[in-house]
Amino acid sequence: MKYHILIAFFLLLTNLNKGFAGGGEGHGQAFDPAGTAIHHISDGNVYTILDGIGVTLPLPVIVYVPEKGWDMFSSGHFHPGHHEDGHHAYNGFVLHHGSIYRVTDPTFPAEGSVEVQGFEHELENNGGKDKDVYYVNFNGTKYRLDARSTLDGGVLGGGITSFYDFSITKNVVSMILVSLFLLWLFISAANAYKKNPNKAPKGIQNVIEPMVLFIRDEVAVPFIGKKYPIFLPFLLSVFFFILGLNLWGQIPFLGSVNVTGSLSVTMVLAVLVFIIVNVNGNKHYWGHIFWMPGVPGPIKILLAFVEVMGLFIKPLTLMLRLAGNISAGHIAILSFIGLIFIFGKSGESLGGSVVGSVVSVPLTMFMMAIEVIVAFVQAFVFTILTASFIGAATEEHHHDHEHEHGHGHA
Amino acid sequence: MTGTLAALGAGLAVIGAGLGIGMVGGKAMEAIARQPEASGDIRSGMIIMAAFIEGAALIAILLSILMA
Repeated sequence: MKYHILIAFFLLLTNLNKGFAGGGEGHGQAFDPAGTAIHHISDGNVYTILDGIGVTLPLPVIVYVPEKGWDMFSSGHFHPGHHEDGHHAYNGFVLHHGSIYRVTDPTFPAEGSVEVQGFEHELENNGGKDKDVYYVNFNGTKYRLDARSTLDGGVLGGGITSFYDFSITKNVVSMILVSLFLLWLFISAANAYKKNPNKAPKGIQNVIEPMVLFIRDEVAVPFIGKKYPIFLPFLLSVFFFILGLNLWGQIPFLGSVNVTGSLSVTMVLAVLVFIIVNVNGNKHYWGHIFWMPGVPGPIKILLAFVEVMGLFIKPLTLMLRLAGNISAGHIAILSFIGLIFIFGKSGESLGGSVVGSVVSVPLTMFMMAIEVIVAFVQAFVFTILTASFIGAATEEHHHDHEHEHGHGHA
Repeated sequence: MTGTLAALGAGLAVIGAGLGIGMVGGKAMEAIARQPEASGDIRSGMIIMAAFIEGAALIAILLSILMA
């Protein structure tokens, strides 16, 4: 009986993920594991839960087009269907793979809702670099799609185009939900302490207290020293925010949103750390950067150059480490799930899908167990490194005769 | 072709980081075995050192993604 349930479960899994199997562009094409993984770890303008059955929640789209001004509407206007592709265009925008694109061609209807007939994808060689270009089919004509403007100006593959996207995307929704949850968690714990002072903790307090004490006693006090009360709130906020989002992304069938794996989110966190460290840096900290004491003159100039670089490399690695680790975990899980479709030829071969499921489910579960550990470790590493940077910047040096104090970390 | 080279570069970076983190972890375990009462300090030092090595490897991997 047990085995029957297991086999039924595998069969259900192979069936469940028909939507996932679409892989590349449109229907009837081979499964593209890399493209699918990238789609599932990127941000989107719709929130799909129970992937495969395809419960798609519309989100507000807020866009700014320099010629037309601000526009705000629900992404439900796109009628998102299979693989988060919109069946309709709205106000000159279309939804492809969960992201909005703009059609700038003047012959395309710029107002109201029209039905579109699928998307196409081409590789364009642009100065030795292959660039993905997307097209939408409308009334038998191919229209080129404009991706949103990015702040990097083209370094990471984006660029300044015809519109700016300020939408509440699924990453933003996840961040709001997790923040509200953390707010509720901490306010109820704080109220419990207020109501029953000097009593043994119970309920939520038992979850929160060990972690807060751990951050205070193992991270803040040893690294920052006696100034730790000023920085403890920031360290705790960063730790629980990252931990909450890491764990939120690990819940299966709830979208698996890759928030802390998104470079823009970790960049904001790293910039906050950069500001806090450098605003609080004392004169010894700056002295060690620009005029390292105790070394000969020419070396001082060389070291100043290296230390100024280190100033920016520190937050950069903080940003890359978190995003890289979390994205890598998501991609590993998606690749293992993708085995089902590689073995089953995107749903053509049922036997292959069953074999693929039998291989992929234990691997996926193993990977998810590892990812829960990684969620805690990465939140901890981010916090401990922040504390050590703050500690290095605010440390009081007692100037003895020999210069023995530690130097900045690179 | 550049994609293949970039993948090779990422692999090389991972070899370096693996050796480095392995050494940090191994030495930290030895140190803890020798002096169990200092395990807390050694562990946090170990994590920070591993994080620095990982940072260098991540910069290499980012470069290979950008060059691909």
